[in-house]
Amino acid sequence: MNLVIDISEETEKTTVNLSGEIDAYTAPKLKEALLPLTKQNGLIVEINLEDVNYMDSTGLGIFISALKSAKENNSQMKLVNLQDRVFRLFKITGLDAIMDINAAIRGGSE
Amino acid sequence: MEKFDFIEMKVPAKAEYIGVVRLSISGIANRMGFSYEDIEDLKVAISEAITNAVTHAYHETDEGEVTIGFGVYGNRLEVMVADHGGSFNLKEIKDGIGPYKNNESVEDLREGGFGLFLINALMDKVQINNNFGVIVLMTKYLNETEVGFDDDQISTTQ
Repeated sequence: MNLVIDISEETEKTTVNLSGEIDAYTAPKLKEALLPLTKQNGLIVEINLEDVNYMDSTGLGIFISALKSAKENNSQMKLVNLQDRVFRLFKITGLDAIMDINAAIRGGSE
Repeated sequence: MEKFDFIEMKVPAKAEYIGVVRLSISGIANRMGFSYEDIEDLKVAISEAITNAVTHAYHETDEGEVTIGFGVYGNRLEVMVADHGGSFNLKEIKDGIGPYKNNESVEDLREGGFGLFLINALMDKVQINNNFGVIVLMTKYLNETEVGFDDDQISTTQ
């Protein structure tokens, strides 16, 4: 019932590896970590959700504000390796159409 | 009268207890024989309701409680989430509830984002009452024939 946030900076992008659960308890911590990254002009922020086994609308809210911040600051936000259950929430809410999401987990289908 | 088991929980209106309730519903739904997918739906729905309750509850008192009731029926699970901290009178609450679309409190709840929308999408029936605090009553049926989200397959969980 926690969220581990691991940020690794590479030359062309910054990868945020998330592991655990995203809910109203862990969301503030995620927002705090994510928003400063999206404020960096031109930065590609890739968020790896492979090890996120639970997420609800508070997570969607965080990614919406990160996307807004990215658009304002000319950076990019990508979501990668979403588990089926997590991706489903983006599909139900229609957010998959406005976000850059690559849902396919290694060996899985898109 | 239809027979059912009733389980009641009270947790402090704090975000750190949402995960605890999620584990509880997972256990109850698992015991009833819900599928993995349905259990995941229930976990999201109850978390959304409690997140609403936690955000709405602390206005009146600094340390509010959220009351959660589980009605375990032969063919369905009824979940109630109330932010007023009092005990449930099941019949009274059900009598006072109408479809959420006609309830003015919806706009207020929606400001939390997609919470109520997801509850509605993931549960079979959702009702909201806001006479004494906000009470969300949601139902999920067992053994329902459902169309998978990807709509290229039909899965019967029966």
